[in-house]
Amino acid sequence: MSGALQDWKSQKKPFAAIASVPVFWLALFFVAPMAIVWLYSFGENAGPADINISGTLDNYKRAIEWLYLSIFLKSLAVAALTTLICLIIGFPVAMAITFAAPKWRPWLLLGIMLPFWTNLLIRTYALMALMGTNGYMNKGLGGLWEGASWLRTLVGMQPLEAWTPIQLLYNNFAVVLGLVYVHLPFMVLPLYSALDRLDKSLIEASLDLGAGHFKTFMQIVVPLAAPGIVAGVMITLVPALGAYLTPDLMGGTDSQMIANVIERQFKRANDWPFGAALSFLLIYAMFILIALQSMKANKTKEVR
Amino acid sequence: MALFRSAPIAPLEYTRKLWMRGWVGLTMLFLYAPLLVLMVFSFNDSKRNVVWKGFTLKYYEKALNNDSLVEALVNSLTIAFLATIISLVIGALAAVMLWRFRFPFKGLVEGTMSLPIIVPEICLGVAFLIFFAKVEWPTDLMWPLNLSAITIAHITFCFPFVAMVVRARLASFNKEEEEAAKDLGATEWQAFRDVLLPHIQPGLVAGALLAFTLSLDDFVITFFTSGPDTITFPVKVYSMVRFSVTPEVNAASTLLILLTVILTFIALKVQGVKGITETH
Repeated sequence: MSGALQDWKSQKKPFAAIASVPVFWLALFFVAPMAIVWLYSFGENAGPADINISGTLDNYKRAIEWLYLSIFLKSLAVAALTTLICLIIGFPVAMAITFAAPKWRPWLLLGIMLPFWTNLLIRTYALMALMGTNGYMNKGLGGLWEGASWLRTLVGMQPLEAWTPIQLLYNNFAVVLGLVYVHLPFMVLPLYSALDRLDKSLIEASLDLGAGHFKTFMQIVVPLAAPGIVAGVMITLVPALGAYLTPDLMGGTDSQMIANVIERQFKRANDWPFGAALSFLLIYAMFILIALQSMKANKTKEVR
Repeated sequence: MALFRSAPIAPLEYTRKLWMRGWVGLTMLFLYAPLLVLMVFSFNDSKRNVVWKGFTLKYYEKALNNDSLVEALVNSLTIAFLATIISLVIGALAAVMLWRFRFPFKGLVEGTMSLPIIVPEICLGVAFLIFFAKVEWPTDLMWPLNLSAITIAHITFCFPFVAMVVRARLASFNKEEEEAAKDLGATEWQAFRDVLLPHIQPGLVAGALLAFTLSLDDFVITFFTSGPDTITFPVKVYSMVRFSVTPEVNAASTLLILLTVILTFIALKVQGVKGITETH
């Protein structure tokens, strides 16, 4: 009998006692609010605080105008670039944790996880302080600049002009760097758990049979870690696409992402139906990404 | 000479290779340098946080005397505490429900429950903004009731995480133990309390820590849900960062980072390093 599910009809009382609270909560405080947003997305503003749900598709038509579509595509591009950088930085880190001495492994993992548990706003603020015109990043670049200038004088050339601090914040570069900073732990953890399950004797066999480290990595490690890579990509891409705080604080006027546009509809622009349509488009985009992932996951299962 | 005496590097000891160590070191530097600079400079005796001017605790004093900052911190901790307790109950019930019963529309319920994890924060925040406006949720209640809207929102996105962690733990439970208890005369409730609950306890601890951190961390959903007079720590820090960067923010942030580290070490004591890393 162990492991078998009980039919709810044979256990009506315990089932009701256990199921009622979670189902009730989910229906009232998740399904109902989402349903209202969905309905609003087919509505129009009828007054300052009055929305008439008329079944119009105008909000969606407006959302696919180039102005908004381009912001949407740009958000996708920024999120994809963030994910790619996280993957490139994160993969060697995950490898290093996997092959570290057993007594070091948990501490390295903890080192990756502690920032993940630290408040997002504080982390963003800390990075901003470092990147300001007077911050250490500018000082470091200034030091490199002066070093280069000194080298030039050493070989008898004119020294470079004095270093002027550059604006590192409030542009697209800052947004991508901020998103990488925030999402890196999301990528490393699933990669590690995939690499940890990998049969290490396969790598040894590949090396013994004459393949180099790079070839082994590309042809053995990467394919076997594919489920972890897909999971890491999803877990980074999805929140990065919906990121609000990083582009808001670190971005400039031209680096707003879709979440910032949605926020504006609900605060300054006060166009709730249009904001509702945009946020449902973002949710649909997430669904498409997740559907693609599960299709990919099913395929890998079939191959095995 | 120790460098030369150490054993040769085996093919799989990637971690002992220099470039690999450098890579990990640089990544850790990238992750920790901003936080460490922030913490060190919270003790700096200068308004402009650029050069070290000497040690001072005056910004901690200022932060702790800043009534609205302290109020925000107390609010955040209260919300996190309440949201954790309620999410723990709802999440554990949801996990037991999905693990134990077969019922109609189970797939639908399960799928819907994972949605608060997937749906972008901004969409959830917007949904709560509209929902609480629509039902005309009172905003002028006395403390702590004025935090109810935010707490409800936090519970909604925290309890699915708790359910996930607890369910993973339930998978290793032997149902025969529960049946044996019942055969020996335990009631449904006694079997739950004395057999099932002790088994899922590590899952509950992990879930509670996760819920507490998620709640304390949340800015976007709170930003949309909070009324004009209720302010939480992240929302307060946001407005301080936005409008005037003061060293007080460094001091208050350092306190919150320390709280995170302390919570992590409590978790370590309770579960051990392995237990923590396995729950993620």
